[in-house]
Amino acid sequence: MRPGRLMMRIAAMTTLAVAVTACGGDDSGGADANGEITLTVATFNEFGYEELIDAYEDANPNITVKLKKAATANEARDNILTRLAAGSGLSDVEAVEVDWLPQLKEYPDQFVDLKSDSVEGRWLDWKVEQATTEDGKLIGYGTDIGPEAICYRSDLFAAAGLPSEPDEVAEFLGADWDSYFEAGRTFTAASDVPWMESAGAVYQAMINQVERAYEGEDGEIIAADNPEVKEIYETVLAASEEGLSAGLAQWGDDWTTSFQRDGFATMVCPSWMLGVIEGNAAEVEGWQIANTFPGGGGNWGGSFLTVPTQSPHPEEAKKLADWLTAPEQQIAAFQSKGTFPSQVEALESDVLLATENAFFGGAKTGQIFSDRAAAVTVVPFKGPMYAAVNDAAQQAISRVDVDKTDDPDSSWQTFLDEVEALG
Amino acid sequence: MTLQADPAAKHRPTNTEATAGLSVRQRLGLWDYKFSPYLYIAPFFVLFAIIGLFPLAYTMWVSLHDWSLIGGKGEFVGLGNYVEVVKQDNFWIGLRNTFSIFLLSGVTQTLGALLLAAVLNQNIRAKTFWRMGVLLPFVVAPVAVGVIFNKMFADKAGFINTLLGGLGIDPIGWHSDVFASHVAIATMVNFRWTGYITLIFLAAMQAIPRDLYEAAMLDGASRVRQFLSITVPMLRPTIIFVVITATIGGLQIFDEPRVFDQTGQGGASRQWMTVTMYIYELGWGAQQSFGRAAAVSWILFLIITAVGILNYLITQRISSGTAPAKPKQTAKTSRKAHQ
Repeated sequence: MRPGRLMMRIAAMTTLAVAVTACGGDDSGGADANGEITLTVATFNEFGYEELIDAYEDANPNITVKLKKAATANEARDNILTRLAAGSGLSDVEAVEVDWLPQLKEYPDQFVDLKSDSVEGRWLDWKVEQATTEDGKLIGYGTDIGPEAICYRSDLFAAAGLPSEPDEVAEFLGADWDSYFEAGRTFTAASDVPWMESAGAVYQAMINQVERAYEGEDGEIIAADNPEVKEIYETVLAASEEGLSAGLAQWGDDWTTSFQRDGFATMVCPSWMLGVIEGNAAEVEGWQIANTFPGGGGNWGGSFLTVPTQSPHPEEAKKLADWLTAPEQQIAAFQSKGTFPSQVEALESDVLLATENAFFGGAKTGQIFSDRAAAVTVVPFKGPMYAAVNDAAQQAISRVDVDKTDDPDSSWQTFLDEVEALG
Repeated sequence: MTLQADPAAKHRPTNTEATAGLSVRQRLGLWDYKFSPYLYIAPFFVLFAIIGLFPLAYTMWVSLHDWSLIGGKGEFVGLGNYVEVVKQDNFWIGLRNTFSIFLLSGVTQTLGALLLAAVLNQNIRAKTFWRMGVLLPFVVAPVAVGVIFNKMFADKAGFINTLLGGLGIDPIGWHSDVFASHVAIATMVNFRWTGYITLIFLAAMQAIPRDLYEAAMLDGASRVRQFLSITVPMLRPTIIFVVITATIGGLQIFDEPRVFDQTGQGGASRQWMTVTMYIYELGWGAQQSFGRAAAVSWILFLIITAVGILNYLITQRISSGTAPAKPKQTAKTSRKAHQ
């Protein structure tokens, strides 16, 4: 055996090791000699950006835009948090859902301040407020919102001998939650069908109308001592006990199936829920939208575009995010995927206002949700602990309303213990 | 470089003298002979050190600090994270659920697979068809299994409760009841793994010498007696292997309980939240505390090691009396089947 072989083997192994470790590198683009720039945009679900991005590339020949889509918002969240922690690998523009935006607002240094004259007054005030950090930095451009109305089954209303036309129903439901539950009592007296899907969904809608439900000014958790939270908790569970709730866990299999089985008569209905109802209730006739919402307006969900400081081209990324969230583009996205725009100008656009939905009896959904967005007055404060406290509250309600393994008092006690453990 | 060996080396050398007297070329040749086997297996150990050992040690390091998901390393807190998590009810609930699901799935799986393998080892028609058939569920992704079984185990509109209703039995709260939810999840796990383990057992069974059975038959041993006195003892190394891997996998169960409902938190009263789900919640949930997540990870690691050793000791006792004739052979086949 020639001794050289050993050295060759060592060399081969070293090469292998280097090759293995080199796989970790990423190919995030930089500007090449010709000033060509590649920007990546990461979204989740459907933002309706495919065609818009082609248009942007045509208008800016030196820029190539790559679109990365995650299947769910949670997947996108885990990705962002992990890569923020790693310090690299984020896209130039990252879409963020309002529910986990507070977690990111804890780290304002990780995001580019997007304040600029061109976006002044572009969005509804509360939308801007959600993405503004305590020291006044704007870390996200608003994309869509989820103004809430009440969706209902007009056929079940008619069968119960109640008014069933949207305008009449809006009046029947009244202006606050008491009248909503009262209407429920009237309905269930004349029908076997439960009034609402779950106590949890209504709790969510009600808690979204409280400005500071869980966290105080100094970031301390006040959920346990806040009488408003306790009151809402007791109200929805009292309604559940009266038989108004179908006790279905939202998004669960029983919930999905119930759309085909007259599972319930009304539901809290943010704009993006229309697609969900239409999908689950295919072939079911009678769904309508009442242009009203108990307790004033309410918003559920919505997203933002952020530019992480990790981006090698923050200026170009900011320009792209600016362009994508401009009213014209958001109207195009709305037409493409139904994401309801958060831009003041878009909300008044004729295209939007003229939009109708055949499944919901030809309801003028553009007009309805535009009205609903205008009715939103309270922006709930969502701090970093919001999601955790809210999860605990939802579980407390679920134990009584869905699982039926606990009573309201002892379930509340468990909730208090869990909140205590978070602190 | 000297090419000639020292003439003094001509007398019968001791070991040290032998190497000392060799030329560089000869010495390199000797090294090649001595060390290259280690070099060949080195990539595995290098990779293991990088992706196995290092993370283990690093997790320990993380668990001793206040460590936020995004913010990174904070203060050194010693065992503070460990103390903090064992004080949480959810940690103990997670442990209870993990062991309950592990026992429900692990025991049924191993026994079921053993019986299935014994049946498939008989002279039956279309052998290959049946043998490949049991592996089919293994090809299905766990999350897909979750989606299918969720439809079956839905509390109100589910297939199983509808069936029970038809028989006049009250519906079972597959999601609301603690034990029922564990049974449902164990069913998913068993569906996926039983066939795979069956094949491992089957491969090992085929390596058992036929003459042992012939001798037993001549002595008038029944089928059951043959199974218990020949098959099971001869499978001992394979059973140990299966039980150990099932322990490691079973105590780390995550996918099936995670997809058992839409929120993935293990139910409103944490009916089916396992330890790994708790780790995920600590690290990526609201607390974003990698420190606590790492502490639970280490506790879980120690528990798995302890249970693994315990199971090894128990399964070792299987063949007391009848010493396996060719344990090496069965061990080899079992490893092959695993690949």
